[in-house]
Amino acid sequence: MAVDSVTIALVGSGGAGVMTAGQMLLDAAAAVGWYGLMSRSSGPQIRGGEAAAMVRLSPSPVHGPGDRFDLIVAFDWQNVERFAAELPLSADSVIVTDPAQGAVPAVLAASGARIIEMPIKELAARIAGGRVNMVGLGAVAQTVGLPRAGIDAVIAKALGKKGEAAIQASNAGYDAGAKEAAGWGLGLELAAPQGTGAVRWNISGNEAAGLGALKGGVRFCAAYPITPATEILEWLAPNLARTGGTLVQAEDELASITMCLGASFGGVPSLTATAGPGLSLMTEAIGLGVASETPVVIIDVQRGGPSTGIPTKSEQSDLNIAVYGLHGDAPHLVVGPTSIGDCLFTAQWAVHLAEALQTPCIMLSDQSLGQARAVIDRPADAPFTAGRLLAEGLDGEARYKRYADTPSGISPVAIPGMPGGEHTADGLEHAESALPSSQAADHQTQLDKRLRKLTAFDFGPHWAEIEGEGEVAVVTWGSATGPAREAVKRLEAAGGKARLVAIRLLAPVQPAKLAQALEGVTRVLVVEQTHGAQFHKFLRAHYDLPGSVTVFSRPGPLPIRAREVHEALLSLI
Amino acid sequence: MDTHLKDGAAPVPGDYKSDVKPIWCPGCGDYSVLAGITRAMAAMGLERHNTAVVSGIGCSSRIPAYTSVYGFHGVHGRALAVASGLKLARPDLTVLVFGGDGDGFSIGGNHFLHACRRNVDLTYIVMDNQVYGMTKGQASPTTEADWCESKLTPEGPGVNPIQPVALALSCGANFVARGYSGDPNEVARLIVEGVRHPGFAVIHVLSPCVTFRPEQRSWKGAVHPYGREPTDDPAQAMRAVLEDDGFGLGIFLAGNRRPFHPAVAATAGIAEIEEGFAV
Ligand SMILES: Cc1ncc(C[n+]2csc(CCOP(=O)(O)OP(=O)(O)O)c2C)c(N)n1
Ligand code: SF4
Repeated sequence: MAVDSVTIALVGSGGAGVMTAGQMLLDAAAAVGWYGLMSRSSGPQIRGGEAAAMVRLSPSPVHGPGDRFDLIVAFDWQNVERFAAELPLSADSVIVTDPAQGAVPAVLAASGARIIEMPIKELAARIAGGRVNMVGLGAVAQTVGLPRAGIDAVIAKALGKKGEAAIQASNAGYDAGAKEAAGWGLGLELAAPQGTGAVRWNISGNEAAGLGALKGGVRFCAAYPITPATEILEWLAPNLARTGGTLVQAEDELASITMCLGASFGGVPSLTATAGPGLSLMTEAIGLGVASETPVVIIDVQRGGPSTGIPTKSEQSDLNIAVYGLHGDAPHLVVGPTSIGDCLFTAQWAVHLAEALQTPCIMLSDQSLGQARAVIDRPADAPFTAGRLLAEGLDGEARYKRYADTPSGISPVAIPGMPGGEHTADGLEHAESALPSSQAADHQTQLDKRLRKLTAFDFGPHWAEIEGEGEVAVVTWGSATGPAREAVKRLEAAGGKARLVAIRLLAPVQPAKLAQALEGVTRVLVVEQTHGAQFHKFLRAHYDLPGSVTVFSRPGPLPIRAREVHEALLSLI
Repeated sequence: MDTHLKDGAAPVPGDYKSDVKPIWCPGCGDYSVLAGITRAMAAMGLERHNTAVVSGIGCSSRIPAYTSVYGFHGVHGRALAVASGLKLARPDLTVLVFGGDGDGFSIGGNHFLHACRRNVDLTYIVMDNQVYGMTKGQASPTTEADWCESKLTPEGPGVNPIQPVALALSCGANFVARGYSGDPNEVARLIVEGVRHPGFAVIHVLSPCVTFRPEQRSWKGAVHPYGREPTDDPAQAMRAVLEDDGFGLGIFLAGNRRPFHPAVAATAGIAEIEEGFAV
């Protein structure tokens, strides 16, 4: 019988090529119509060392990691203990191991998983130019029933430049692996692709965020490298150039954010991307963006904190600093994408909102979204682009009021180059004229105005993703949405009912909208990946949650799995 | 009043002044620097709407409000970064940057280093009074080691002051000059030269703080023309600076490094970029 999801890990040290094999597996699966998700795990070494490519494949879209690994193919076991906790196994799992690499480490063998020996290295050595990762890939492909056409397309694409010999060696390695696996009879053949007919993309969350920014109209980026945000910059560098924009590698995060403010003051939508430590450095200048009403988007790809924490692993623990980290009363926008594909929508929306409301927008992505790669249906085009309310009728007769106290709170802005609109944007408190002022009335007016433009704005239906029905609701955000969504689907498949509310707009808060979304709910499960239940406390501070509230919150670095949320959900039913 | 330049009429410094009254102490050197700035703007006939001034925080950083061009008054130390972003995004604008010695060399020191080596086409006027004026008289990075008037460092800072001009040269600034606020015409001339010179121009202006360093009134007698023609050789300029007593005025370096500017012509549309993701 065919299964509807398979989770596979390819494990090995640097030279084994596990990441390449994982990538090829995902690409090949995509080529034949399946969906998938690939995340990677590696030790703290810069290059080489232990690593694992973790791939989940399914005929339908994949929301998060599997509960456990169905299949592990190990090229070697070097230091695997360091991330054995990231490789959950059960007695139903299968470990394929090369006997020449020694026994299966006790931490993994203890799961009771079935162990199959395959002389991977020897098989590869028999082929001129043969590589272990292709042998492993062949075994996996055979096990999940991947049609040969998939790998043909991928090998041709990946190795086309290297010539015929390389292609032949890869094919031979693949076939050798597939032949070995033909007799295993593991029952892990994946069901046929369901084919939604949509164009499908193979994209990482960080790439999707970069694309969303471009689609939103960003044409300037200044940033300082930091894991796991760097890929946004690496993707943007050539693509901003192609679209006539500019990327600057700044000297630090203080420069990154203030360069963006300068560019944005010049009328060019701007973005910076960083992770927790960089966000901390930026907070003063984000306040400058609030006070001077200069739009800017900051993508924070969260990682384990505090301090330099666990740079390569995910967490959702920058919520507090993103929402509360600015000094003074500094209303600003905070949004969180709910999936890899949604990184595109949310980044594009963030640009639109920042520009429309003339204020900074922090987008809270995280490592598990940013650095994972998924096969998804091409996201629908969203209508959101940068559009700043520009000042009109600047005749120079009346003094232009940069910070005019309008009913919407949004003041029409003049951009350098517009005659008659000359003014000084200021981080000091100011009067409507933009002149510095320490008067109580001006402070009150400007504080009111800056808050009003956020509270009076209609954010439409995008403030949250709401699915399902029933008296039980799962309230979550960001990358926790994937496993929460899968847990709700499992409950529904078993005849249960639950609502899912994944909040995309974290600030400003939307109490009336959440109240409506939770109408009739008697039990709430809050799901998040923090140690201190930051999201739960945030909800408590700003919303009335109905009925009894249960919290599922735990820190990284291990990803939240659907099984955990499902169990928490069952305890509420 | 904020009137427009009249068509045809030659601009005058008053066209670039706002009607805002400066908060500075009577006698502050920054008044004359402001006069030099508006004279320079008039001399160049800058279009107000295509000119932007950027500053950090400090007494000297108040200048944007006192001009009638576009301005950005930011946070302490980040003026050069704001200005770099603005100029890179809007190469069509003339961008000047203002600040004090604390703003530029202490909290903003890292940005100064990198602005010099990055060489974006900006003109940076740093008003050096060897003290933190706005926070009421603490030692700055250019204060002498034995200056004992600050409550924070009653025994004196005890560390050597940095030399802004030498620092700028060693970090690769493309145009380096020194002026004195008591001579606003010379300040204006240096600014004009700095703006016209492509790349990052640093104009170090000695501008006394009469409130916290009243003894700086004696600078009037100490300054002197530096007395040599500008060179385009940084090593030669550095030798001259090291021989100088810190009060020599003039242009030390007018170098010929190429300004930093990434290409801006679009070669692809978003749809084309998106195609790269299709499986
Ligand atoms: C992050 C930060 N730290 C400290 C201050 C306080 N502060 C304001 S101006 C200033 C020093 C100004 O000195 P300088 O740049 O030399 O300019 P001057 O006032 O002498 O013209 C300081 C320390 C601040 N505004 N922001
Ligand atoms: S404190 Fe010094 S620098 Fe500041 S305005 Fe007064 S005299 Fe000028």
